[in-house]
Amino acid sequence: MSTGEGNAFLDLLNAVLPASVPSWIVVPSAAVLAIAVCVALISVNTMFSVWLERKVAGHIQCRYGPMYTGWHGWLQSLADAVKLLVKEDIVPRGADRILFVLAPALALAGILGAMAAYPFAPHVFFADIDLGLFLILALSSVTTIGIVMAGWASNSKWSLLGAMREAAQVIAYEVPLGLALLVPVMIGGTLNLIEASRLQSDWFGMGWFVFKNPFALPALALFFTAALAETKRAPFDLPEAESELVAGFHTEYSGIRWSFFFMEEYTGMFLMSAIAAVFFLGGFESPLTWGLRQSLGEDPGFLNHVVRADGSTQTLIAIGGFVFQLVCALTLIVKTMLGVFLMMWLRWTLPRLRVDQVMTMGYKYLTPLALLCVLGGGLWEWARAGWGS
Amino acid sequence: MSNEASIHGAGEHAAQREFELEVRAQDMEVNFGPQHPATHGVMRVLVRSDGEVVTGAQAHLGYLHRCAEKIGENVEWLMYLPYTDRYDYLSAMNNNLGYSMAVESLMGIRIPRRAELLRVICVELNRVGSHLIAFGTYGMDVGAMTPFFHCFREREWMMALFEKICGARLTYSYIRIGGLFNDAPPGWLEEVARFCDVFEERWVEYEQLLLSSHIFIQRTAGVGVLSREMALAFGVTGPMLRASGVDWDLRRDMPYSIYAEIFAAGAFKVPLGSGAKGKLGDCWDRTWVRVMEMRESIGIVRWCLAHMVEGPVVGDLPKVLRVPAGESYVAIENPRGELGHYVVSDGGRGSIRTRVRGPSFSNLAVIEELLPGALVGDAIAIIGSIDIVVGETDR
Repeated sequence: MSTGEGNAFLDLLNAVLPASVPSWIVVPSAAVLAIAVCVALISVNTMFSVWLERKVAGHIQCRYGPMYTGWHGWLQSLADAVKLLVKEDIVPRGADRILFVLAPALALAGILGAMAAYPFAPHVFFADIDLGLFLILALSSVTTIGIVMAGWASNSKWSLLGAMREAAQVIAYEVPLGLALLVPVMIGGTLNLIEASRLQSDWFGMGWFVFKNPFALPALALFFTAALAETKRAPFDLPEAESELVAGFHTEYSGIRWSFFFMEEYTGMFLMSAIAAVFFLGGFESPLTWGLRQSLGEDPGFLNHVVRADGSTQTLIAIGGFVFQLVCALTLIVKTMLGVFLMMWLRWTLPRLRVDQVMTMGYKYLTPLALLCVLGGGLWEWARAGWGS
Repeated sequence: MSNEASIHGAGEHAAQREFELEVRAQDMEVNFGPQHPATHGVMRVLVRSDGEVVTGAQAHLGYLHRCAEKIGENVEWLMYLPYTDRYDYLSAMNNNLGYSMAVESLMGIRIPRRAELLRVICVELNRVGSHLIAFGTYGMDVGAMTPFFHCFREREWMMALFEKICGARLTYSYIRIGGLFNDAPPGWLEEVARFCDVFEERWVEYEQLLLSSHIFIQRTAGVGVLSREMALAFGVTGPMLRASGVDWDLRRDMPYSIYAEIFAAGAFKVPLGSGAKGKLGDCWDRTWVRVMEMRESIGIVRWCLAHMVEGPVVGDLPKVLRVPAGESYVAIENPRGELGHYVVSDGGRGSIRTRVRGPSFSNLAVIEELLPGALVGDAIAIIGSIDIVVGETDR
């Protein structure tokens, strides 16, 4: 679907730059701007998530977590980032140098590309992609190649075992992950994240897919479990199982390359939670956004195109629309971070499964259950569509 | 393996294992350690694995060898006491007690009643602390980080109690030949009682958080099954032996100090593994036995507090410690099993032979039997469930 306004970054540049700037400059500039924002975003998200993880872990474990760098240690991640940046860059002897250097970049590139489909607000996004969900799932799988590559190139047995576990785990859990997502896709009839979110704006902003179909809630549980395995979070953190494999696939990495894997992990968590929020929990819709819609109109954008008397157009920022977009963005971020918090909570509570138990769970339980959900959800949607017509 | 398997038999078995372990094409040799998060110290387990399946294992010891026994032959009787703190550093009170009792049995000193009661309190609190570490780190071994910190919360208090009574947090040297270093400071016994109350409340958390967690049961039940026969053949002692269903606790069956009286008063039971979640003698049983023993220890401490008497804490000791010529072996129930001290005196100022029978060392031997056939994740769970202190295996 088209949102009528196109890319927010392009719109912004068009509004800011004089009309004389040709489009072959504006369009690539918008792309560069979008990439810069995306990279900055995942860095900030990683730093915040690491800080949050440490605080969550601390409070679960009867301690405080970081306390000395800034208010409740909020600068801790920044200090860590600086430390990682200035650390010596080590490539172990015997490692496959090219693959070793390439692997973290590939892992991060996959997740960075997947971030392109993340919708901030109805009119603020990197790209309005009709196959958004498909793109996220496809590109986030690329990170697995990076991780397997890292494990292989490290020339370490721990890394190799970790990489093999990652490969086996991802293959086992991609299937239930995709199947569970078919249920909300069938409810909404779209793979577009922005449109899926907008479809949940009825029922006073509570028309979330998870309430619209009795099979959506089990599908959400299945999706969340599979997402934990996809993002290598406990109890499925086998690829980097600390007590077993030292640090798994990233045993030999240090410094900024190691932090790439960290960024990949936390962005992966963020994206998986975002998918859960968008496709099950109403996206950026809530009673608050519903109320704003009532006062501002159905689809308030944050830019107003004013046609002047001389025929030229001027683009102005609309305050109401801006507030609406902001509320939408915050709603989605809060929902996403709640999912991330849940992942952290589980990590610091549960023991780790064994490798055969992970496989058993994926193949024998999650996949058949996900298939059942697809069948039940599909029949329900079919019946509902039949009823309506 | 039969009941009669001797040390010789175990050696034969190891040799046979060596042959079986010839590396096959697809096998991979992995060193768990000397620096590995799961070896609980500086130990190395050479594991041969076929992918995720362990096909053979060999423990390599000696990284922490500090000539503890030889030192015993070069220093005076009392001077050796601080060295006993350092082999099993998680249960230093027990080591102090074992060594002191070995020397006392040669000297024939009578220990004052108050000293005996305080000794038992300290030893049992130390057992609780040691099992807390075993339980907490075991949680970490199977991937649960949080129980470890909950255990350390209680252990911290226990160490603070010891700091108050003897000034040290880990290497106490509190139990001396002939009695104790000093009497408990005012209010200490009351605080111990408070610790017991709080501990019994929090003890429930361990069971809820880890022991009855479904994933934990999946990870440990039926894993690393140590049969009764194998346990006896390998000379396994302590919670590991009891988890395999052998009803043997030195505190009850070869009572020392005042344990006979405490047991007769019904202050403690000996928890036995039953294979409740999997098979008898699996990792879950071993963990369960330790957790139950913590509560029994608290029961013993409570009994001692209730029967506390006033009086001196040091027996009649000569100015210079003279130990009559002779030899003695005293075994006590350390948190890990039978800790034996064998000392020989020629009537001089120090021993001419000191020998320590450490439980970790004997218990560790079973890994070469238990690991083959397990998965890599199981291997960690098995090594962790043995609860070794490398300082003591190597001495």
